[in-house]
Amino acid sequence: MRDIFRGFGAVFYKETLHVRRDAGTLFFSLTMPLLQMFLLGFGIDTNIRRIPTVVYNADGRRESRELIDRLKNSDTFYIMRYVQNDRDMNDLIVAGKARVGIKVPVEYSDRLLHKMDAQVLVLIDGSDSSVAGQAINVSNAIGLDESLRRALPDREFRAVEMRPKMLFNPDSRSPNFFLPGLTAIMLLNVTTFLTAFSIVREKERGTLEQLFVTPVRPFGLLLGKLLPYLGVGFFELCLILTCMRFLFQVPIHGSVLLLAFLSLPYLFAALSLGILISSKAASQAEAMQLAFLPILPSVFFSGYIFPRETMPAIFRPISYLIPATYFINITRGVILRGATIRHLWTDGLALFAIGTFLLIVAARRFQNKVISA
Amino acid sequence: MAAIPQAGTEVAISADHLVRKFGDFTAVNDVSFQVKKGEIFGFLGPNGSGKTTVIKMLTGLLPLSGGAAQVEGLDVRTHAEEVRERIGYMSQKFSLYDDLTVAENLTFYGRIYSLPPDRLKRRMAEIVELNGLGPYLDRLAAKLSGGWKQRLALGCAMLHQPKLLFLDEPTAGIDPVARRQLWDLLFELSGHGITFFVTTHYMDEAERCSHVAYIYYGKLIADGTPNSLRELPDVQPPGTIRVEITTPEVTRALRFARQIPGIRSATIFGQSIHALIEDHFDLHDLREQLLKEGISVAEIRPLAPSLEDVFVELTYKHQTLLEGSRA
Repeated sequence: MRDIFRGFGAVFYKETLHVRRDAGTLFFSLTMPLLQMFLLGFGIDTNIRRIPTVVYNADGRRESRELIDRLKNSDTFYIMRYVQNDRDMNDLIVAGKARVGIKVPVEYSDRLLHKMDAQVLVLIDGSDSSVAGQAINVSNAIGLDESLRRALPDREFRAVEMRPKMLFNPDSRSPNFFLPGLTAIMLLNVTTFLTAFSIVREKERGTLEQLFVTPVRPFGLLLGKLLPYLGVGFFELCLILTCMRFLFQVPIHGSVLLLAFLSLPYLFAALSLGILISSKAASQAEAMQLAFLPILPSVFFSGYIFPRETMPAIFRPISYLIPATYFINITRGVILRGATIRHLWTDGLALFAIGTFLLIVAARRFQNKVISA
Repeated sequence: MAAIPQAGTEVAISADHLVRKFGDFTAVNDVSFQVKKGEIFGFLGPNGSGKTTVIKMLTGLLPLSGGAAQVEGLDVRTHAEEVRERIGYMSQKFSLYDDLTVAENLTFYGRIYSLPPDRLKRRMAEIVELNGLGPYLDRLAAKLSGGWKQRLALGCAMLHQPKLLFLDEPTAGIDPVARRQLWDLLFELSGHGITFFVTTHYMDEAERCSHVAYIYYGKLIADGTPNSLRELPDVQPPGTIRVEITTPEVTRALRFARQIPGIRSATIFGQSIHALIEDHFDLHDLREQLLKEGISVAEIRPLAPSLEDVFVELTYKHQTLLEGSRA
């Protein structure tokens, strides 16, 4: 009653020893994320280039060949084969060998020469929406450009040209986009698992029951368990950032110190989540399953892969409950946009609030449930 | 039964009509007893009869559904924190941290009870001396044998010098020599005025307690010194004597003995049968009757009831009562 954090120092001392003794787990939990990072950083390119394309040029004259050259030069299409009939073109698309089929009809050049409208058939495999979208956009643009060129051969009239400029990631490099988000997911993974396991292990051994017969208070116990893993998570963050900066050449535009500072409330929230999980799980196997639960929502609803803006309105509130949402905004903000505390303090505050809430819920569960179990 | 909780200096634990329910199931049913200071109080009963539940209630881990309990003069419902400062608890699993050394385990528990560093150092030296842990200080707890684990667990539980220690099956799963050594240690500590509340399965351990209580499916059915229990009328009804029949054919002899009028009860103990017989019964007659059935008898001799006899009788009587009330 005097001290709601009673036992904190003792538990912190003991937990630090556990972390040091169990070098295997520590090594595993530190290297797994780096492995994921290598896979995603080297293996994934979200920019759509060189879509395999099959061409059936039934016309074959100069105008049609010019059109096909322009498609080829766009770098969006890679012409993998020329065929001589509709059936071959269809087969290649159905077999998945080509994503796009372009058919130039026999009368294409004739119609253009007679100042008539001409059509080109573009078949697109819709089974991958982002590839399909890119194929439509680029073929439309090329068609429009070609039309303008033919309609205004003398070029005395200037068409309106949009000049997009990509801020923050001018080359649209995939690692720049992926890795800051991945940092959040990886930290969540490691810290949730480690804390959940550390408490469930005590349940299995019976030491937790023993602790409850001592004057240790729930907050002392939980914070003592949480802080060593906060250290582990922080070290992990430094590893990830180092790899990201020097191996994947992702420039960090903002302050690394700010990023480190704002990672604390995020780690706190993730660790509290781990503790909450451990209050529910009776065995390590159960803890393992439960610890997977928050990962999928964190991947899909946080804006890590799919933009939150495209989410159906009823799902959007969910994203505000997920710690990763805020931290992804923080990592992308600091690393890519050079954001400062002025832009990000609300995210930090939200994370701290979520963490505190989760920890209080967990402590209450420990006070009530574990004791009477 | 002694229902008035005496908060005097003599009483370490006073349980007064304790009740604990889990849903419809009554795990502890109106249990009252007192543990005097300096006693080794043996709390016995079959598995699942409510021993651990009573310990959890007395240590404030489980709320009481009814009744009252005072530990070291403090009400466990309102002063659970203070109670925990004053007691030590050792669970049946010797809840140690396997990946910590002996010294680290002790240090951890010392810090939990907020012992100042110099006092912790002194107490650790005392405990190590008392429990003979000296050679193992830097060994991981996982590498200790069962007996040493138990000594370490006991050391952890008494680092803060509690006056009352709860030991939940302290000798489960350890070898006989280590068991004997632990009991020697308990006697020594008890001599220093420490009270022990010990649960056990072993009857030889029960015989060593200064006071025993037997709980059977939530009901306390015996409470007293081992000697006073032996003299209970339920155990040794007037006009009966207890004999030990030693025979190589115990099972057959038992079946037959139970049919002889004048034999109130009979139970197998190893190579012999303990029987409660009416005292007009002639022991030679009994031997003759058994021989007639082709059962050779090595020896029949009178016997004082052991605590095991006591609990068998009481359990039997309680069972018949239960069945009677159900019928």
